[in-house]
Amino acid sequence: MIAGYNTISMGTGRKEFNPKKERPGLEHYLKEAGQGTLQQIGGAKNVDEGVIGNFMAARFNRQGHLGAFMAMIDPGLRYKPSLRVEGACASGGLALVSGIKSVLSESADVVLAIGVEVQNTVKAIYGADILAYAGWFNKRKDGHAYFFPGQFSDRAGAYFSKYGREKTRLGMARWYRNAIENARLCPTAQEYSNATVDLDEQGLTEPTPKSFTDNLNVFDCSKVSDGASAIAIVSEEGLKRAGVSLKDAVEVIAVGHATDDITADPEDRTVMSTIKEAVRVALKDAGITVNQLATIETHDCFSIAGLITLESIGLAEPGKGADFILEGNTSRTGRIPINTTGGLIGWGHPTGATGVHQAVTVWEQLTGRAGNAQINIPADRPYALSINMGGDDRTVVAIVYKKL
Amino acid sequence: MEYNDRIQNVTVLGAAGKMGSGILLLMALEMADQKLKPENKEKSYVLNAMDVTSGALPGLMKYIRTQVLKAAEKKVVALRKIYADRKDLIENSEIIDEYIEDVMSIIRPGTRIEVAFESTLVFEAVSENAALKAKLFSQIDQNNPLKPWFFTNTSSVPIEGLNEKSGIEGRVLGFHFYNPPAIQKLVELITIKENPAGMREFALDLAKNLRKIIVPSNDMAGFVGNGHFMRDALYSIEKAEVLSAEMPVYEAIYAVNKVSQDFLMRPMGIFQLIDYVGVDVVRFIMNVMNPYFKNENLHSEMLDKLFDLGIKGGQYADGSQKDGMLKYEKGRPVAVYSLEKKDYVPFASFAGKVDEWLGEMPKEVMPWKNIIKLADKDAAAREAFAQLKTMKTKGAELAIAHARRSREIGQQLVNTGVAASAQDVNTVLATGFFHAYGPVNDFVN
Repeated sequence: MIAGYNTISMGTGRKEFNPKKERPGLEHYLKEAGQGTLQQIGGAKNVDEGVIGNFMAARFNRQGHLGAFMAMIDPGLRYKPSLRVEGACASGGLALVSGIKSVLSESADVVLAIGVEVQNTVKAIYGADILAYAGWFNKRKDGHAYFFPGQFSDRAGAYFSKYGREKTRLGMARWYRNAIENARLCPTAQEYSNATVDLDEQGLTEPTPKSFTDNLNVFDCSKVSDGASAIAIVSEEGLKRAGVSLKDAVEVIAVGHATDDITADPEDRTVMSTIKEAVRVALKDAGITVNQLATIETHDCFSIAGLITLESIGLAEPGKGADFILEGNTSRTGRIPINTTGGLIGWGHPTGATGVHQAVTVWEQLTGRAGNAQINIPADRPYALSINMGGDDRTVVAIVYKKL
Repeated sequence: MEYNDRIQNVTVLGAAGKMGSGILLLMALEMADQKLKPENKEKSYVLNAMDVTSGALPGLMKYIRTQVLKAAEKKVVALRKIYADRKDLIENSEIIDEYIEDVMSIIRPGTRIEVAFESTLVFEAVSENAALKAKLFSQIDQNNPLKPWFFTNTSSVPIEGLNEKSGIEGRVLGFHFYNPPAIQKLVELITIKENPAGMREFALDLAKNLRKIIVPSNDMAGFVGNGHFMRDALYSIEKAEVLSAEMPVYEAIYAVNKVSQDFLMRPMGIFQLIDYVGVDVVRFIMNVMNPYFKNENLHSEMLDKLFDLGIKGGQYADGSQKDGMLKYEKGRPVAVYSLEKKDYVPFASFAGKVDEWLGEMPKEVMPWKNIIKLADKDAAAREAFAQLKTMKTKGAELAIAHARRSREIGQQLVNTGVAASAQDVNTVLATGFFHAYGPVNDFVN
C-alpha cells in the first residue's frame, strides 16, 4: 500500500467544529482524501479501479450509489470500475479487502481505496439509531437509547463480573489517557487540542445510567466524526507505474477476514471471538506471532473493546488486559504501542473511514512519515497489524503489514 | 383530593405570555409524566392554555412543541423505558415523536374563560392588575363547583387582598416563578392563613416534581425577590442622582452600573437588570408595592420620565435585549440614555474618565463569571470586600456602601417578617438573580 492520506476527523473536540453552522459534506471529504492520494501516485490516469467504504450515507446523508462518486473526485477516474462496500464499522477494512483481491487477481494494478463517513448531520441520539443498523434490527427495541454504547456496556458489565470492576476501570481509563496523549501528537486527530490535565481521573468518571449507559462513561466511547481516508493498493507493476519507491511503501503480507452471525449474541461477552479468528488467520498466513508486531491499529470503538481485544489476540492472558495496559505496554513508549495517533477514541471514528485510516496510520509509521507521532519500529519487528471491526464483533478485517 | 386527581384538569390563564407559556410548558410535561405511568393510563388529563390574545395561540403551540422536543431529546433514556411495551416504537426518533404527541394532546388552546370552570387547579399569569386577577378568580369560582385552587404568579400583589376581593374562601396562594419559568429554579411560595388543609403540601409536592427550589415568603407586597430588587433599584437611582452633582447624570448611571456589576461581582449591573426586567415592569411593580409601605416612597421620577418617553427595555420575541436605560449591541451595554439630551451617549465618550474616577479594582474582585464557578464563593467574596474596605478609591467606597445597603434591605425583609430567615433572602438572590453571594452577610461590617 502507498500514498496514504487522512482528512481531519471533524466533530466535537475540534476547535473548528460548530454544530450550528453548515459543514462540509461527503463530496468534500471524498475529494480531499482522494486527491490527497492521487497526488502522490502521479494522478488519476494511474488508477485502474476505485472502491469506497462507507457505512450509512443513505441515512446520514440521504445518499446511495457511492461508487459513482469516484469520477467526481477526478475526471481522470471517469469510466473506471468503482463500487462501494459495506460492513458497518468494518466498511473501510472491506474496501481494503476488495482492493487487495483485485490486485491479487490481477484485474487491477492500482486501486484507489477510500473510506468516508459524514455523520454529524444528525444529533447524537438520532445518530445512535442509525449506528444501531450495525446490529440486528430485532434487537433494537430492547436496546439502549445509545444502542452500541449499550452493547459494549453489557460487555463491560460481564467483564466486571468475571474479573473485577475496579482494576478494569483503571485499565479503561488508562486506555483513554493513552488515546488522548497520542492524539495530541497528530494534527488531524479529533482530540488534538484536548487540554485536560488529569486524563486518568477524567477517564474514571463514574457512569451515569440515568442519561447514558450503566458501565461506560462518555470517555470510554469513540467519537462521532466526519472524515475520509484514502490509500492506494498496488501490485509491483502498479508501484512502478505510480513512480513510488519501495521505501515509501508497506507490504501487505496477510489478510484475515471473518464474519459471524449478526442475529446471535456473543457466546462470551468477555471475548471477541471473531477478532480472535481473523487475527489468528492473518498471523498464521503472515508466519508471525502477535509478539513480533511493532505496533497495532486496533478498533477501540469503546475502551472495553480495546482491552478485550488484547486478550483475544493473545497479547494478554484472559483477565489480565487491564494489567497489560496499566503496566504501560500499549502506550507509545511501551513495548507494543497501540493506536499511535489516538485510535477511534482519540483520533476519531468516521465509521466507514476507520478501516482505511488504520492502514494509512500503519503506512505512516512503517515509512517514517508519522511526524510528531512517529514511533520507533524495531529492526527485528518490522510488522504491524490493523484490526477493523464491524458491529459487535460480527465482521472483522485483520491485515498484517511489513516494513520494506 | 390526591395530587394526581388535582392535576387532571388544569388551566393556565395568560398562557401566551412570557411567564404563562413557561408555566404551561412545565405543567404539560408534569401532567404527561403522570399520565404515562401505567396506573394512570385510562385517566383523562386536560391542560387549558387560555389567553385572550387569539393571535398568539398558534405561536404558543409551536413554541411548546419545540420545547417539548428539546425536553424529550434530553430524557430519551427514560422515554425508552416508558414506551417499552410499545413494540411499534423502535427507534429513538419514533419514541420521541410519540411522546411529543402525547404531551401536546393534553393541551387545549383557547380564548374563553369558561374552560376554567371544570378545572381543579388554575394558574394565573395575567398582568399585575389586582382588580383583574380578583375578577377572574371570582368569575371562575362562581361557575366552578369543584372548589378549584388558584396559584397566582404575581410578583408583587399581596395574596390576602386577592382572596378577600374574589371571595374564594382562601383557595389562593402565591406560586411565583422567575423568568424564564422553564429554566429558573426559584419559586417563591406565599401562603395565607386561610389556605385549606393540604394546599401548601400540594404546592411543595408540585414544586418538587417540577424540580424547583421553594423559598417561602410572607404575604407582603413585593415578597422577597422584588422586596430586595425594587429597593436596590431605588438606591441605585438615588445614588446616581446624588453623583450627578459631580458629573452628568448619564455618567453617574454608568458609574453606579459598573460598581454594581464589577465591584459587587454581580452578573449584570443594576441598570442593565432594570432594562432586563423592563423599565415599565419595574415601575409597575413599584406602583403596586408603594401603597403597602407607608414609611417608604417606592417610587422614582426618573423611571416615570423614561416610561413617558417610551424608554422601556424588555426583550424582543427572540429573547434579545431591547434598549432601555442603556443601549445594547450584541447584548452588551454600549451607551446610556440621557433624559436631558433625549438620546443615548456612548460609553466610549466618557468611560475612560469615569473608570479612572472610580479607581482600580483589586485583583480579589473578580468577574461574576469567575466567582460563580468557585466552590467557596463566600470565601472569595469575603476576601474581595476585605480588600475593598482598605481602599480609599471612589469605586471601593461606592461598592461598600451599596453592599451595606443591600444587606440592610435583606435584613429589613427578615425583620419585617417577609422572609423567614437571612438564608431565605440569600437563596432568593442566588437562585432567582444568580448572585454569587447573598446580600445578608458579614463581609462589609
